[in-house]
Amino acid sequence: MDMFKKTPSLPIFIAVLVIFTLAVTFLSEAYGAGAISTSFVKTLGKTLCLALVAIAMDLVWGYTGILSLGHFAFFGLGGYMIGMWLMYARTKLIVVESMASAALPPTPSEISDAIGTQIFGVVGSSDFPLIWTFAHSFWAQIALVVLVPGILALIFGWLAFRSRVTGVYLSILTQAMTLALSLYLFQNDSGLRGNNGLSGLQNLPGADAISQDYISVWFFWASSLALLLTYLLATFLVSGKFGSVIRGIRDDEARVRFLGYSVEGFKLFVFTLTGVIAAIGGALYYPQAGIINPAEIAPIASIYLAVWVAIGGRGRIYGAVIGAAFVSLVSTYFTGGQAPDINLGFYTIKWVDWWLVLLGLSFVLVTLFAPKGIGGLFDLISHRMSPDRHGLPLGPDKGSLREEEAEK
Amino acid sequence: MKIQLKTTLAAALFASTAIASSAVAECPVKVGVLHSLSGTMAISETTLKDTMLMLIEEQNAKGGVLGCEIEAVVVDPASDWPLFAEKARELLTVHDVDVIFGNWTSVSRKSVLPVIEELNGLLFYPVQYEGEESSKNVFYTGAAPNQQAIPATDYFLDELGVEKFALLGTDYVYPRTTNNILESYLKSKGIAEEDIFVNYTPFGHSDWSKIVADVVALGADGKKVGVISTINGDANIGFYKELAAAGVSADDIPVVAFSVGEEELSGLDTSNLVGHLAAWNYFMSADTPENAAFIDAWHAFIGDDARVTNDPMEAHYIGFNMWVNAATAAGSTDVDAVRAEMYGQEFPNLTGGTAVMGVNHHLAKPVLIGEILADGQFDIISETDPVPGDAWTDYLPESAVLKSDWKDLGCGMYNTETETCVQLKSNY
Amino acid sequence: MIRRIIAACLLLLTCALPVQGQDRTIQDVLQEHADVIVKSSRKTIAPAIEAVANSGLPAAQDVLEAWQAKDMWQRDSDGVFFKAVKAEGSAYDLLDFDTGGPVGQADKSELTQMKPNSGIRAMIAAALVQFQLNDPDPERRREALLAIQRDGEASHLAPLRASIKSESDPEIRALKEVTERLLTISFDPDEAARVTAIEGFKGSLSLDTRAALNPIVTTHIAYADGVGETANVKRELRAGSRDLPVAEAYALMVAAGAVTPQPSLAERKAALEANISDGSVAGIPLAELNTQEARDRAYAALADQGLVPDFDPAATEETAVQGVRFAEIYDEPSRAVTGAAEATLASINRAVGLNQFFDLSLDGLSLASIYFLAAIGLAITFGVMGVINMAHGEFIMMGAYTGYVVQQVIPDYTVSIIVAIPLAFAVTFAAGVAMERLIIRWLYNRPLETLLATFGVSIALQQLAKNIFGTQARPLTSPGWLDGALSFNDVVSISYIRIAIFVLALIFLGVFLFIMKKTRLGLETRAVTQNPSMAASMGINPDKVNMMTFGLGSGIAGIAGVAIGLYAKVTSELGADYIVQSFMTVVVGGVGNIWGTLLGATMIGFLQKGIEWFNPSNTLAAQTYMIVFIIIFIQFRPKGIIALKGRAAGD
Repeated sequence: MDMFKKTPSLPIFIAVLVIFTLAVTFLSEAYGAGAISTSFVKTLGKTLCLALVAIAMDLVWGYTGILSLGHFAFFGLGGYMIGMWLMYARTKLIVVESMASAALPPTPSEISDAIGTQIFGVVGSSDFPLIWTFAHSFWAQIALVVLVPGILALIFGWLAFRSRVTGVYLSILTQAMTLALSLYLFQNDSGLRGNNGLSGLQNLPGADAISQDYISVWFFWASSLALLLTYLLATFLVSGKFGSVIRGIRDDEARVRFLGYSVEGFKLFVFTLTGVIAAIGGALYYPQAGIINPAEIAPIASIYLAVWVAIGGRGRIYGAVIGAAFVSLVSTYFTGGQAPDINLGFYTIKWVDWWLVLLGLSFVLVTLFAPKGIGGLFDLISHRMSPDRHGLPLGPDKGSLREEEAEK
Repeated sequence: MKIQLKTTLAAALFASTAIASSAVAECPVKVGVLHSLSGTMAISETTLKDTMLMLIEEQNAKGGVLGCEIEAVVVDPASDWPLFAEKARELLTVHDVDVIFGNWTSVSRKSVLPVIEELNGLLFYPVQYEGEESSKNVFYTGAAPNQQAIPATDYFLDELGVEKFALLGTDYVYPRTTNNILESYLKSKGIAEEDIFVNYTPFGHSDWSKIVADVVALGADGKKVGVISTINGDANIGFYKELAAAGVSADDIPVVAFSVGEEELSGLDTSNLVGHLAAWNYFMSADTPENAAFIDAWHAFIGDDARVTNDPMEAHYIGFNMWVNAATAAGSTDVDAVRAEMYGQEFPNLTGGTAVMGVNHHLAKPVLIGEILADGQFDIISETDPVPGDAWTDYLPESAVLKSDWKDLGCGMYNTETETCVQLKSNY
Repeated sequence: MIRRIIAACLLLLTCALPVQGQDRTIQDVLQEHADVIVKSSRKTIAPAIEAVANSGLPAAQDVLEAWQAKDMWQRDSDGVFFKAVKAEGSAYDLLDFDTGGPVGQADKSELTQMKPNSGIRAMIAAALVQFQLNDPDPERRREALLAIQRDGEASHLAPLRASIKSESDPEIRALKEVTERLLTISFDPDEAARVTAIEGFKGSLSLDTRAALNPIVTTHIAYADGVGETANVKRELRAGSRDLPVAEAYALMVAAGAVTPQPSLAERKAALEANISDGSVAGIPLAELNTQEARDRAYAALADQGLVPDFDPAATEETAVQGVRFAEIYDEPSRAVTGAAEATLASINRAVGLNQFFDLSLDGLSLASIYFLAAIGLAITFGVMGVINMAHGEFIMMGAYTGYVVQQVIPDYTVSIIVAIPLAFAVTFAAGVAMERLIIRWLYNRPLETLLATFGVSIALQQLAKNIFGTQARPLTSPGWLDGALSFNDVVSISYIRIAIFVLALIFLGVFLFIMKKTRLGLETRAVTQNPSMAASMGINPDKVNMMTFGLGSGIAGIAGVAIGLYAKVTSELGADYIVQSFMTVVVGGVGNIWGTLLGATMIGFLQKGIEWFNPSNTLAAQTYMIVFIIIFIQFRPKGIIALKGRAAGD
């Protein structure tokens, strides 16, 4: 296949992912030695979902050059959509069970009222808001996982690209969108339980008897599969002509437009597609996390997403995966309290306090000295060094090739 | 008769060896501390982590529990609610802790609940909260609404003669539910709906001029106005600064706060706020020998005499000591054994009197109302008899029929009308 | 109601007292009521206060004043009350109430302080009025008037009227006259006097006036058939209007016995449950009763058998209230008084409405100036230089913490603020220059990466602030002369600190314009921004200019931090709260133009206040809709309100 030829890293990635998945399975408490605790399996599963959304971010930023600070909003929306069904279905089971002992068999509206009281009692209400209309149906909510973020991305993207908002303006605009969405969800009136969000998502309806040891591994498999498919899709997209066009847009939007391509159309397609990918990641992530609330969608989350991709290495799909996995796992390690304190004699460095400082600074250093991120290390191995970018720019635009670069 | 005695003896012997072996097997006893040390909630929760470390250190100096050293396992959920669930699972499965002390916000508790219930852990939750919950695996050592909000509202109605209420809160579940309960309670006390003004602001809100002006304008119809504030965290600083700037005196429009304690007041100059109120189960100014000893120990532990103590710290103090006593009585740190011993457990409050753990996992504690003083402390002007915490409020129709009794009924959500247990696991 | 009872008690007591012996001391009076005094509850305290106030003893005023000031203590051993003054250590000097002389010392542990709550203190203040109205100390007289305005009683009217003539201070005299008219409105039995007093307040904005007038025009709605001839009817109502929803009207009819209520859903369900026999209700098996329709059938069948009251699904509340008359009736019986009050209130409400608009505008202006102040540094670094600095918010935070640190060293608030402002500028200027030298200058061609690198700096600085200053909010107190508010009347007021921020914003606008238009640095900055290589060939050192400009923008952020810390809070997250808003202010206004930033801040400030006004119970919604508005706005004016044209636009 052409795709494999153009991207030699693809078979390596597939092999690593498969081996990793098998290894985790055989070390898990459910299916093997029990060397990996269930909570760590969940962490790994979640990390795979984060890698998934990082691929989306890489497509939209690393390949198309749109620094979106809003993809975590789509991620969160996907989580909300699946969360609605999980909460509804689980509560319904409880309600039906407790009502079975009542004198009269319950009417459908009584069941629905009781579910409403159970779900919204926490936030002092009992009526189902309009957006819960489809919550009773698994397939409808699955469709909404794709549709709601997809349509939001489509509308937002259409508005933004149509009026030629680019560069940092677009970043700020996407950030504003994320902020507006999270503020909206913070309100109780939004109908999604405000600040509390949707919780208890790890308890699958009707699966009370099944231990989380098993469920966590199943979700791990699903996340792994989703990551694999997304990786293949992303590789397929960027290895063909489509990939050349979006890279062209990244490097010089105006020239691509003059060549006759519909730049806005390409951007909108990538933006929407990655929004949907992010949403699917979210739909897999939050049942493992157990709770989703508006704080997850706060603008800072989306900035972190960009951080992962930058640290991993933009413009290469495995870079995004590595970045997301590396940063989130290291972060877990340092905030977990397991990392040993460093005693300097006059001052004891507690990692809980200093980890964010370290992350921030290392991020600055990566941007300054290693713009290719961790992925750049592979270039060292394969001796694919980029030219030294000094000398005068050849073209009028920022980012164009420079004299010495063009000679090679 | 003889045979019977023998079997009893044998049983007793068996039981004691079983207990002894389990007690020995579990050394050291591990106590999980699940408080955010970074992120937005670190401001409040770090203090509680330090409180737990102090209590554990003190207990170890007294010989630990069941002959074992107590080891604190501190994790940092970083004010990230999903991370609370993950860390709780880690504490229970990886570190095998015997009990967890932790959480501050309701949403973090809701995040942890399914994990604790699934793995049959034990959580002590030290903060005042909105009620409407009773989990088999959680002991609520903070105040339920009837131990803070309702008495404070009564105080407004009876003692201050307030006829018109402004319920100001941060937009999240505790203020929402508390205000719902209060609205319903006020209506039952004959306050008309149009005399209740409700406003919600975001976390960290700082632009209060409009809201304060709105509250002042409420006085236009000649009724005495009072503010019940469930404003959370540092938003209070801007709010009180604006109140002071607008010259709102406590004699004209009293403000009672449920989330403002000594810790929050240390962030602002209180000279213009003298006379405004707070309702808690504990104030640092309580004049008892226990409290003096506690404050001294705290200052010595933290190495800073300027640090204040607050209500959730007392809740941890009571909760931890009760747990130690229950574990000692049970002869084991096994969750079910400890839980059975917790009911009716008594421990002296720092404010005098005795706290008693009820069968609904809530404490009976006195309710204190304090007026803010110029030095950032509270002058305790009212103290009730101990009020047993009520998991399900009597002032909302859906929950008035519910009660919680884990000892005899074995149910946290028991419908007294249909006489059935609605559900064993809690709502999250 | 309670007030009236107290007034009645008071009348009774004044008649009864002279009968008692003359040699009673005030201590005797206190001892008689010792129980309720110690209990200290507003519900039971009234007799004690009345007894002291009307004892006719010279010490009564002293006792009440000491009690009110929480200076009254009880000796635990014998229950005697004293006025106590703190001496050395935990000892207190005890003063006898009757003689006023010292009677020795006691340790705090032997005494119990009486702590009247503010409700009781208000009652004491009301009781003190009769002593204080003619007090030689004008401050006392003011207090007495304040007490009347808070808790006026009918009994205050006579002494107040009597005291007006002898009042020498013109200001207090005017206050007394206003208070007298307010009391007349509420308590004078003479209708004509009340009407005159009411009409005198036309157009008054005072809150007390409205507080006196509004209770007169309170109404209740009644089922019209039960209304007597003499009732002071405001108007007739039909059910289903905004003022009288159908359900309320129906409830009124039920209460009046005009209709028999239909059994409710819950009652019908209970009736069904009560009539279960052999697994079925009225012949319908239980299992089928899982729809409302089946339940209705079962209930109808039961009703036919006469077991339960009839239920007619057609008889809705709407049909029941159709054509029925309801009336809104004043609680106040006198038509003349209510008429005058309505007319006066109408004029007042017009004035209040207008003034509320002014107040809202002031709030909007104040918010705009805060946004402007937060954004002005960004207008330089982002607007002029095009550098995205996500750490801008952290520079604001650094400024605020600088203010806090200075206050720790210099305790005088005024001096410390004067020192803090230049120091904050210096600190953040240095930080800005350092950041420009170390990071930003390598990234001028990569704006998106500048965004990410500065974000890295931002999280590092935020955490660093937490590590150094802790996570608690730190106090940054404004000097005393900035306390309080400038009140134009009871509706329009603005706090001095906000005025100071507004003035500061204006000053910065001037400074910015001066630097950019009139100084060499400004000229060079503009040159470098428009074309660095051309500027360089003209002998300008772009490196140096960029460094200075960035430092300037950062320094201004530091000063903004001091101002914002004064009015809100100082925490490590202070800056993060403003960063998105600041960027939006600059973008909405139009990048590269300070007037644009000003317009952007004004628009956002007023817009937010405007939305808050429409939905006062949910501030969060206001913020959400404002951002959505901005997003839409940028769609239509992607370059902001004031777009640069031609070469200056850059692209």
